[in-house]
Amino acid sequence: MSLLRIRNLSVDFATASGQFRAVDGVDVTLEKGELLAIVGESGSGKSVSMLAVMGLLPWTATITADEMSFEGRDLTKITPRERRSIIGKDMAMIFQEPMSSLNPCFTVGFQIKEALRIHMGMDRATRNNRAVELFDQVGIPDAASRLNTFPHQMSGGMNQRVMIAMAIACNPKLLIADEPTTALDVTIQAQILDLLIRLRDEQDMGLVLITHDMGVVAETAERVSVQYAGQKVEEQPVKDLFRHPYHPYTSALLSALPERATSKILPTIPGVVPGQFDRPQGCLFSPRCQFADEKCAQTPPVPCGPEQGRALCHHVDAIEAGEMA
Amino acid sequence: MHIADKFSKRPHDCGPLMLRYIFTRLGSFIPTFIGVTLISFMFIRVLPGDPIIVMAGERGMSEERYQEMVVKLGFDKPVIQQYWDYLTGVLQGDLGNSFVTKKPVWDEFFALFPATVELATCAMIFAIALGLPAGVIAAVNRGKFFDRALMSTALVGYSMPIFWWALLLIIVFSGNLGWTPVSGRLDLLYYFDDVTGFMLIDSVLSGQEGAFKSAVHHLVLPTIVLGTVPLAVIARQTRSAMLEVLGEDYIRTARAKGLSPTRINGVHALRNALIPVITVIGLSVGVLMGGAILTESIFSWPGIGKWMMDSIFRRDYPVVQGGLLLIAVIVMIVNLTVDLLYGVINPKIRKR
Ligand SMILES: Nc1ncnc2c1ncn2[C@@H]1O[C@H](COP(=O)(O)OP(=O)(O)OP(=O)(O)O)[C@@H](O)[C@H]1O
Ligand SMILES: [Mg+2]
Repeated sequence: MSLLRIRNLSVDFATASGQFRAVDGVDVTLEKGELLAIVGESGSGKSVSMLAVMGLLPWTATITADEMSFEGRDLTKITPRERRSIIGKDMAMIFQEPMSSLNPCFTVGFQIKEALRIHMGMDRATRNNRAVELFDQVGIPDAASRLNTFPHQMSGGMNQRVMIAMAIACNPKLLIADEPTTALDVTIQAQILDLLIRLRDEQDMGLVLITHDMGVVAETAERVSVQYAGQKVEEQPVKDLFRHPYHPYTSALLSALPERATSKILPTIPGVVPGQFDRPQGCLFSPRCQFADEKCAQTPPVPCGPEQGRALCHHVDAIEAGEMA
Repeated sequence: MHIADKFSKRPHDCGPLMLRYIFTRLGSFIPTFIGVTLISFMFIRVLPGDPIIVMAGERGMSEERYQEMVVKLGFDKPVIQQYWDYLTGVLQGDLGNSFVTKKPVWDEFFALFPATVELATCAMIFAIALGLPAGVIAAVNRGKFFDRALMSTALVGYSMPIFWWALLLIIVFSGNLGWTPVSGRLDLLYYFDDVTGFMLIDSVLSGQEGAFKSAVHHLVLPTIVLGTVPLAVIARQTRSAMLEVLGEDYIRTARAKGLSPTRINGVHALRNALIPVITVIGLSVGVLMGGAILTESIFSWPGIGKWMMDSIFRRDYPVVQGGLLLIAVIVMIVNLTVDLLYGVINPKIRKR
């Protein structure tokens, strides 16, 4: 039984200008203790798909899925109360913006102990000890006295450590980290990533790491899922993906890595992720794809087999054969 | 200027910065204070009507006696001189004596003040106790029936003339249903001496059976009438503050922890939403004082509001001047207190 299994997940938002499909038929599978990276440009639905799993989307969102289960429990059928007993305990999430993700009116100690009380039913003294232990574990110096500080009295890096401590407080089996380092400066980024990897190893929890940084993926992940405009366009083990990307979008992402650049000017992918109003009829990447032809513009592609990274592209074979250059 | 910029990093710090802030604020009282003396002095004099004639009443007064009074009350001096005399008196703590009762304004004020404090406190408790939960529930059920109903009601409550609302309540509850008395603070059946000046407390202390109940009965309608506008304001402000807070990232974090909706709305969101709500509560105190003048007059509530109204009709210059001044000072003190409360409620004292 997989830890997390999602089949054909779609999320639609009701907006003032009509329905908007932010996630479109995404599949995710994660085994116990595994590390999956989800990459893709801004707006490709990475956060929304994981928020759907957590049940944290606003009421404007409609979620549909053939399957969405956590440890075999169907997340689409559970009651709100059952969900509350899972999230924050067995399934936890940390967010992009550490500075705004903590409540400014309460001390960080209060905020971490709160989770311990409702999920673990610990008494006051145990809670306090556990909180200190967690702060030590995530590398917050002077843990005992830090419990009494407010979020605004600490740096972004420290706040993100608090968020991580809070997320792992109840020993979750799955941790979703949504761009945990985007808001932090580079040296801190590496520390936080190391911390997450270490915790994953120590506690054997499944980790979904959302990022748009291929460099991070190369260093950390085992399996990579590439999302584009709400769709999963490719999925491969990390080594294979870097060695042999099948989808033109993945190739483009990889060649945008500084160490892969062949000229002094870093290649960029022209254009932007389509939004609500410029959604192409066929392949969603076709307007930006160097290989796109008439067929791509007209017909949505179907995924290839696992041996080709389930790439969502009409022309994988042709590109392979060098016929499309 | 917000206290935010004045505070040190530590939230509950009452150190030198805090003291300096208080002194700065007290310093800014002085111009306001002088301004209020000037306005109240002019306000009553601009009204048509001669206090001496009013005092004489139906009987009238001889020309001789009139001139005597003019000199006695200092009306023969130039207005500037009169103001100066008044101001120097005030600065020495002398608010003068009432033209009518001849008693010092101070004494009258303090005799009547508890009645107003009692009424205003009840009105404020009424407004907060209903307004906060109503605002929270409306925000949580945004756009649904309760929200719409509540916000329309609040708009009506806010724009309804106080005296009309009071008369309506009197007609229904005192007239038709006979549930509540029309005026005063207590049935004539009961009599006891003031201990605290607060009828709710004194009636209990007196040990007379039914006295407390009677005091409560007398309080109900004036409380509702006086509390209606602040109630509407607080409910609306709570709702909009909650709506803003509910969209914040930290609310999503709270939900991600698996907290119950009650705890998320009532603890995590409300605590943040209280910050702007405290501001309007503070400002409502000023509104309440204004409202007290009408409400007390309608219900013959023997407080400073009614006292002010009566004195205006009697052209009792010292009482009107002194009363307005004292009310202004109270409002200023309340606002300062509210400002200081920010620091306690909001640890992250935001810079704008
Ligand atoms: N509450 C919402 N209502 C309407 N549209 C939304 C909402 N939340 C997200 N979207 C839209 O869904 C799309 C996917 O957003 P999402 O936040 O998942 O992107 P992302 O891949 O996480 O990007 P980023 O890297 O910037 O975090 C975007 O176009 C966004 O505008
Ligand atoms: Mg995101």
